[in-house]
Amino acid sequence: MDPLIHYAPYTGWVYPNETVIEWSVAIVVYPYLTGLVAGAFTVSSLYQVFGFQRLKPVAHLALLTSLCFMVFVPLPLLLHLGHPERAFNALLTPHWTSAMAMFGFFATLYIVLLIVETWFSFRPFIVEQAQKRDGMLRPFYRVLTLGSYDLSEEALRCDRKWIFWLAIAGIPGAHGLHGYVGFVFGSLKAREWWSSDLMPLVFLFSAIISGVALLIVLYVLSCKLRRIPIDLACLKGLAYTVWAFIMVALVMEGLEFANIIYKAREGVETIIEYVTGPLLVPYFVLQFGIGAIAPLLLLSYMVWRGTTGKALIAGVTLSALLVLFSVWMMRWNVVIGGQEISKTGKGLLAYQLQVFGKEGLIAAILLVVAPLVMLLGVTRLFPPWEHEATPSPVSSG
Amino acid sequence: MKKEAISSLVARRLFLRRLGRAATVAGAVAAAGAAGLVQKVAAKSEPAAGRASFPTPDYDWTKHRWGFGVDATKCIGCLRCVEACKRENDVPLTAHHFNTWVERYVYLEGEDKPRIDSQADPVNIAASGSEREYRFANRYQDAKVEKAFFVPKLCNQCTHPPCVQVCPVGATYKAEDGVVLIDPKYCIGCRYCVQACPYGARWFNEAKGVTQKCYWCYHRITKGLQPACVEACPVGARIFGDLNDKQSPVSLFIRNNRVQVLKPETGNAPNVYYVGIDKAVS
Repeated sequence: MDPLIHYAPYTGWVYPNETVIEWSVAIVVYPYLTGLVAGAFTVSSLYQVFGFQRLKPVAHLALLTSLCFMVFVPLPLLLHLGHPERAFNALLTPHWTSAMAMFGFFATLYIVLLIVETWFSFRPFIVEQAQKRDGMLRPFYRVLTLGSYDLSEEALRCDRKWIFWLAIAGIPGAHGLHGYVGFVFGSLKAREWWSSDLMPLVFLFSAIISGVALLIVLYVLSCKLRRIPIDLACLKGLAYTVWAFIMVALVMEGLEFANIIYKAREGVETIIEYVTGPLLVPYFVLQFGIGAIAPLLLLSYMVWRGTTGKALIAGVTLSALLVLFSVWMMRWNVVIGGQEISKTGKGLLAYQLQVFGKEGLIAAILLVVAPLVMLLGVTRLFPPWEHEATPSPVSSG
Repeated sequence: MKKEAISSLVARRLFLRRLGRAATVAGAVAAAGAAGLVQKVAAKSEPAAGRASFPTPDYDWTKHRWGFGVDATKCIGCLRCVEACKRENDVPLTAHHFNTWVERYVYLEGEDKPRIDSQADPVNIAASGSEREYRFANRYQDAKVEKAFFVPKLCNQCTHPPCVQVCPVGATYKAEDGVVLIDPKYCIGCRYCVQACPYGARWFNEAKGVTQKCYWCYHRITKGLQPACVEACPVGARIFGDLNDKQSPVSLFIRNNRVQVLKPETGNAPNVYYVGIDKAVS
């Protein structure tokens, strides 16, 4: 049988109780999923609220992506809890001084908002299907119409108004949700690696780039699967968004790191030993080098050279994949990294990733893949490409 | 026409006045609410839990304010305290779960930094032969030791406990007598408190799915007994008592010594008072 506890090997001096690393890969998955939710929502808002017309082909896909990932956000937390059956206590009897107690409220509110906005966005389609379809799905769509078949211009105008305001409410909702995740870590004074005022911002900007990057990959993939031409203007719009936010994310993360090293408080020697030792590859090479700086340079090059056509698609998709990887590494380096530096400031631990078990590697991969599978199903029921603009094969900008 | 204009002006003024009044009231309410909120969430203002939730009969937690002293100059590193605690509190007999532990600081000749270990160090476990037996190996017998001492550690029952602040359900709370307690029937096992404690005092009981820690043997002290570790210590390195009683051992210990606490910069205001520790101890 798999042992119940996995002890972390260590060097130097660590407190005896620290040898069990309590927040596992499940807690890495959690902010990763939340970040993708917030980032995908950003894309939908850029279209719905800020009128970025070129993002229209992905606006509905962004909304569905956000919804599908949000459904799975609580799962890694539930898998992690010692008593998941008591999880609702955080909602029923919240302890108001706890950042974590707010999660239930933020998450519930946000899921409701997403569902309502998605419903409004797909209402014309639902009504149409309820009238057109035969067989099993007819009652499904009929129920979803909630009894309203009104597709008059006035009704649609009302829908658009709702979508607009829900999208506006969703911006602080999505970003508040993710900023709060950063606060969960940043507000703890016990760990130097976490205790930073910049942590919520670092989480927020990495969330945005991860969500936009995910949409790039999903959009390209969906066009390939559906054998339709990719709207290069839309792809470029997404690439610009990643390009702009990746710089902010890099500056934030760089500042945070610089603060720790420059302030050089007690235990900084151990942190330096850590970042130049075990964290050298995951942090500097994978997260910053390959994951963030490489796509930034690649995107900059393509913007500079005016790359278009297949090269643009390949370059942007590759950059997006690298960004998705970088943000995963960032979550890992924060959650696991913070716990690998001992609270004594005099020792380092090494997290042992398990393969099996509810907090193992397989569970983590399933948690990241599950929303994509759900998205596949949901796009069958609610095709997000129904209302898209005619794809323009030539780049418009 | 003129009359109409005046009346509309009056109406406007009236409206503005009302608006002003409403804004003042709303502002006052918002300000009071904000002040209350800030008070509530600040780590400094963690309120003591309400009365009468502990089942020991005839015990009134408003009448006591417990304190703990550690005289590191007396500790001989025999680890009987660790053994007594493990037995008394049913702590798993592993090298990774401790309510209390003892640290050994050894400065060797020619070295600026101490070598630090505890009974949980693999070398010490090898010397005792088992994780269930506690002993400090004589690992420095061939080295020239300049200075060496032991430091017992346990939960500091902080006045502003960060572990209580972060608990999402309020399962851990500060009793009015100063001890930080955990309700094992309410803890959801998220381990946020484990992360928040700067002293490494909390640990997770995997079998029970809840967090545990030292609570100064609350089941004993509420019956007038001493904590198990204090009772087991053969040299009187651990001192316990009621800070409300000026003649209690801990009150005398604090009054007669220049005491210090661990990691005061955290603002947690810990309540374990140390004598005879060194700058390297944190």
